[in-house]
Parts: sequence; C-alpha cells; structure tokens
Amino acid sequence: MIYGISYTALTFFILFVAFVLWLSFYLGKRTKSASTYYAAGGKIHWSVNGIAFAGDYLSAASFLGICGMIAISGYDGFLYAIGFLAGWIVALFLIAEPFKKLGKYTFTDALNSKFNSRAITLTASVSTLIISIFYLIPQMVGAGDLVTPLLGLPHWVGVLLVGLIVIFIVATAGMASTTYVQFIKGGLLIVLSFLLTGYILKHGFTLTPDHPGQPYHAFIEMTPEVKGDKVITAGDWKVLDQVEVKGKKLVRLEKEGIVRWFDLAGQEGHYLLKEVLSITHDKSGQVLYNGEPQANGNFYQVGHLSKIVVDGKEVDKTGAVGPVEYLSILENSTVVRFLNAKFTYGDESVSVYYPHETSGKDFLLPGLKYKIGKGSSIWSKLDFISLMLALFLGTAALPHILIRYYTVRSARDARKSTILAIAAIGAFYVLTLYMGLGAAVNGSMDVESSNMAAPLLARAFGAVLFSAISAVAFATILGTVSGLIVAASGAIAHDFIDLYLKKNLDENAKVKAGKIAAFAVGISAIILGMAFKGVNVSFLVGWAFAIAASANLPAILFLLFWKKTSSRGIAYSIVVGIVASLAIILTSPTMWGIYGLDPANAPHHLENPALISFPLAALTVYALSLAYPNGKITAAK
Amino acid sequence: MDSKILSDQDTEHASEKKAKLGIKFFFLYLLFYAAFVIIGVLNYELFAIEVFRGVNLAVVYGMGLILFAVLLGILYNYLCTRYENQINKTEE
Repeated sequence: MIYGISYTALTFFILFVAFVLWLSFYLGKRTKSASTYYAAGGKIHWSVNGIAFAGDYLSAASFLGICGMIAISGYDGFLYAIGFLAGWIVALFLIAEPFKKLGKYTFTDALNSKFNSRAITLTASVSTLIISIFYLIPQMVGAGDLVTPLLGLPHWVGVLLVGLIVIFIVATAGMASTTYVQFIKGGLLIVLSFLLTGYILKHGFTLTPDHPGQPYHAFIEMTPEVKGDKVITAGDWKVLDQVEVKGKKLVRLEKEGIVRWFDLAGQEGHYLLKEVLSITHDKSGQVLYNGEPQANGNFYQVGHLSKIVVDGKEVDKTGAVGPVEYLSILENSTVVRFLNAKFTYGDESVSVYYPHETSGKDFLLPGLKYKIGKGSSIWSKLDFISLMLALFLGTAALPHILIRYYTVRSARDARKSTILAIAAIGAFYVLTLYMGLGAAVNGSMDVESSNMAAPLLARAFGAVLFSAISAVAFATILGTVSGLIVAASGAIAHDFIDLYLKKNLDENAKVKAGKIAAFAVGISAIILGMAFKGVNVSFLVGWAFAIAASANLPAILFLLFWKKTSSRGIAYSIVVGIVASLAIILTSPTMWGIYGLDPANAPHHLENPALISFPLAALTVYALSLAYPNGKITAAK
Repeated sequence: MDSKILSDQDTEHASEKKAKLGIKFFFLYLLFYAAFVIIGVLNYELFAIEVFRGVNLAVVYGMGLILFAVLLGILYNYLCTRYENQINKTEE
C-alpha cells in the first residue's frame, strides 16, 4: 500500500490549521472597513507582499502539478515553470506600477478608473468570477486528493474541510489574513524545497532506490515459453490469457488465486515477461490492485533508473553530486517511466502501468508530452506555441494576483514586491526541476496521482520532512483558495452589487456583503470540488490561465498603453476573450474525449486557445475603440 | 528614500521614464522567450546540444530564462529607483 495515516503529518496539519485560524481571528478584530477587508488597508510591507505573491502563485498546480509533470514527462513539465515565471515579466514591466495607481480594491476598479462604465463593471466582474471559480475547482479537487491518502479521509471530507477553513479565514479577516497565510506558506514552501533539493543531491543516483522502511519493489521478470507470439508457460504461474493493447502484448497470469498482468517484451528467441502494475474495476464495484484488495499493500511506488553513466562508465550508484553534475549524469543515464494503457477485459475495466525505458537525453528535452520534434505535426507545434503564449500572458491577468497590488502603500512598493516575487518564484521553479527529476528516479511516483510526487519524495527522506511538506502543500491550497475567494467576493459584493446595481453601500455594508459573498463562493467551491473529483487538475488550471490571458490582458494592456481605448472596446474584448477561449477549449480534442466522442473527430486540434483567443480579443478592443470612441459611449449612457 | 513615506505623487514624475524602460525590458525578455519557442518549433535538434558541463541547451536556456528574469527585474528596480530619486532631488 502506498499510503498510510501518518500521525506526524496529522500533528503538523492540526498545528498549522490551528495557527492559521488563530491568525485569522486575531486579524479579524481589526477588519472594520472595506479597505481593510479587500486590500488589507493598503498597509502590507512590500517584502511581506512579495513573498505572499509567491504564496498566491505557487498554488497546488505549481507545487504538486509541475513536480508531478516533470516526474512523468521530464522537461515538458519544466516548460510550465519557464512559462509561469516569464508571465511575471509582463506583470513587472507593464502592469505593476500603473495598475496600482489605477485601482482601489478590485480588477474592475482599475479597468473602470477612466470610464465609469456599467458595461465594464459587469463584464469585468463576470470575468473575475469565472476565472476565480475555474481556478478554485482544481484547488478544491487537489485538497481532496491530498487529504484522502494522508489522513485516510474520503475525498469529499477533504474538500469540505478546506472549504470551511477557508470560508472562516476569508470571512473573518479578508485580505489581511489571506496575505499573512500566503506569506508564511510561501516562505515555508521555498525553504522546504531547498531542503528537499539538498537531500536529492546528497543522495545522488542509485539503481535500487531503497529508503529506510521503504524498500523499492523488485519487479518480477521471467523468461516464458512462447510459440508464435503466444505465451505457453511462464515459470510457476498459470497462463490465463493474452491481449494486445496499443501494440503492447499483455499476458494474464495466475498464482495462488491471485491474477496479475505481465508485459511480454523482446522478440523471438529473447522474450521476457515483465511485471506491470494493474488496477481492475469489476461490475460489482470491487477494485483490485495487482489482483488484490488495496489494503493488502501489494501496489507500489515506482520510478527508477535502469542505467547510470558517469564519465562514460556504468555504475550502480553515484553518492552525493553537485547540481550541474546531477543534470549531466541524468542526461547520460536511462530512466524507467511507467506508462498507462487502459482496456476492457470481459466485464472488467483494466488499467495497467508498464515500465518503459526513456533515455536521459530524451527525458531532458521537450517532446514526451508536447510533440515538437519527433512525431510532431503542424497542430502539435501550434499547440506548443499557444501553450507558451497562454503561460506568458495569463499570469498578469489573474484577478487574485492583480488585487495584491492594492495591499501595498505605493507604486514603488508594488514594483519591489513583484521583483521579490519573481526571485522567490524563480528559485522555486529551478528547484521543481530537481524535485520532479528526483521523484522520477527515487521510487516516489504514485502511478494513480502524479500530484503526490513531491510529498512522496519527501517521505523517502524522512517522516518529519514528509509531514512538513504535506502540511505546506495543504497550506498552499488553503492560501490560494483564500486569495481566490477574496477576489471572487470582491467581484460580487464590490463590483456587481455596489457598483453595477448602484446600491451605494456604506463601509459596514460593503464588508458584510463581501463576507456573505465569500461564504456563497466558498460553498459553491465545495460543491464544485466534489463534483469535479477525478478531473485532471492541470487541465482545469490551464482553462483559468487561457481565459485570463484572453479576457483580461488585452483590456488591461490597451487601457494602459493606448489613449484611444474606449469603454465599449474594453467591455466587448472581455466578452470576446471569454467566449472565444471557452469555445475553443470546449471543442478541443481532450474535451471531445471527455464527452465520450473520438478526439480525432474534434472540430479542431488545438488544446490551448490563447493563440487564437488572445489576438481576437486584442483585435476587438482595437476595432471597437476606433468605431465607438469614448464620446459616443458617454453620450449613450 | 524610505518606501514607507514615498507616495505615488512623488514617483509620478518618473512614471514616463519608467514606463519606457519597462517596455524596452519587456521586449528584450520577449526576444529571448520567443527565440526559445522558435528553436523548439523550427530547430528542435538544437536543444539537444550540450552547452555547459554536459548539460543540454534546453535545460541551460530554460534556467537562463528564469535567471534572466530575476536579474532584469533587479536592474529595472535599480534604474527606476534612481529615476525617482533624481527627480525628487531636482524638485527639492
């Protein structure tokens, strides 16, 4: 069994949550005005805000997702790190200072600062709400994923737990407590990542990644008797059947009443049967892991090297290595990854994970996930460009990031906190490369959830590190969800109710409306988090980035850098950005697969919409600003 | 000048200079970022070349982009602070 309840981890969880609740309660006493609730009174020190920025940004997708993706797809996961960080360049050089000067509490305030247009208020608040909710769903799903294996609780309990704690944090103190939670979590995350990377380098490489109390499973290999390409006998195992899935020959064997799947590798005269991991669901709802109930503990963590080459010579292990040496040795070695194949066998749904050797050279190049080299097509290349564009442009348009510019005193502080954020996030992303690669070769992969790569890697180096990393990962979700709920509640209470519906709320009423909105958004997030259980977290985060880049960024950039920008141009560009990006995502091959249709028959083959939706939204703001300059809008109102 | 007492009004006069510098730095970074994407799409094999102590161009370039962002940010802050201080001194 991969997971068991860790009482050390449980203690860390309880201590951390108790501290966060105490902090929220303490800061809540000082939250009397709308400014304090939505923007922490604009009094946060730039250094605290900088690390809180990092805390906001290093969400479950960054910490759990990128490490996991690097562990599975090598360099392609690192592409996300490069793109996510590059996005801060747009924030620092183009957005930070002027944006700070424009706004008051929310993204809508800034966009509408020159126009006072109800159309902008409505579209910007809707955009904020949509992006925040799309970003919230994966965080809540991730919370359930994290709590389930670590504390032995059902997924829905994890989602409910996070939802309730976050509602309490946000509803008591708003942006102030959110900021300090993010500051603490961001700082801890970076310190612990340095520590974990230190362990990885000190441990070096080994062909047998055993760890104290956690020996690496010795996968069974045997030479079968084969006639034609059919297995006749296989040692003391009884041969039951053989199927072919995605070109793999999978053999069903039985011993002592336990049925397992093996991969028939090699060719005539040199056949080899290799044990694979399998998960079988039958019609009665029974789930078997390697032919046995999960509680029997015969399902294993994977990820190892089959060959280590140092200075041209093969070795069994290396001992401690330096950071550059770590990468160069890996490049010359061979990584064993476990790939997935799903098929139906009788009334059983079977998922097997079989070992696949990948050269270190290929592992440290793009192409295992995004096809831009071998086996690429024009669509896969456009997809790569679109992804890099979305990552570059999405960051500076995320509402929960943008509102953090209002928590500091001045534009200069906004700039300085952004630079500190870039340094902290940049350092973290460099470390994700080592943590992801470390998980790939240290037997730290749970084939069912790549998101657990970093926590499981930490477990290999000791219970305390594992507990601390898990508690911080949980805090990562708490902090990010808090920030998103503040942004979403601001969009509802401040933008929609107060400004769009013109309720003219006083200070107390604004805070009260914000808290009610936070409660409503929190409850929605809990329900959506339960409903989206099992949906790919990175895929959902990709939606949020794509929508933010398309809906918000053209509007912000034109407003800041083109004097002729009109309110109608901004409002329609937001609408076009949302509609175009959603339309492309919802008709993408991946979604076609989710609908149960053949992905090959999807109307187009683009997974990332930014390449089309961003220029479309930019063109809209340009054309409509020329067609309907501000004078006409004012007259029309 | 202490950031605690520096208001937006004080930095206002330096805004135009800072905005121009920001745009220049943005395009400078964009150039390197776009080159990375173009190499990936048009000349993928180039990424496999070992360029630094046995580490390939893809890793060195990727890490370089991260480091470049940090260094460019620090330089930007240094220059912006200098503009702000110069203008404030002139006004005094």
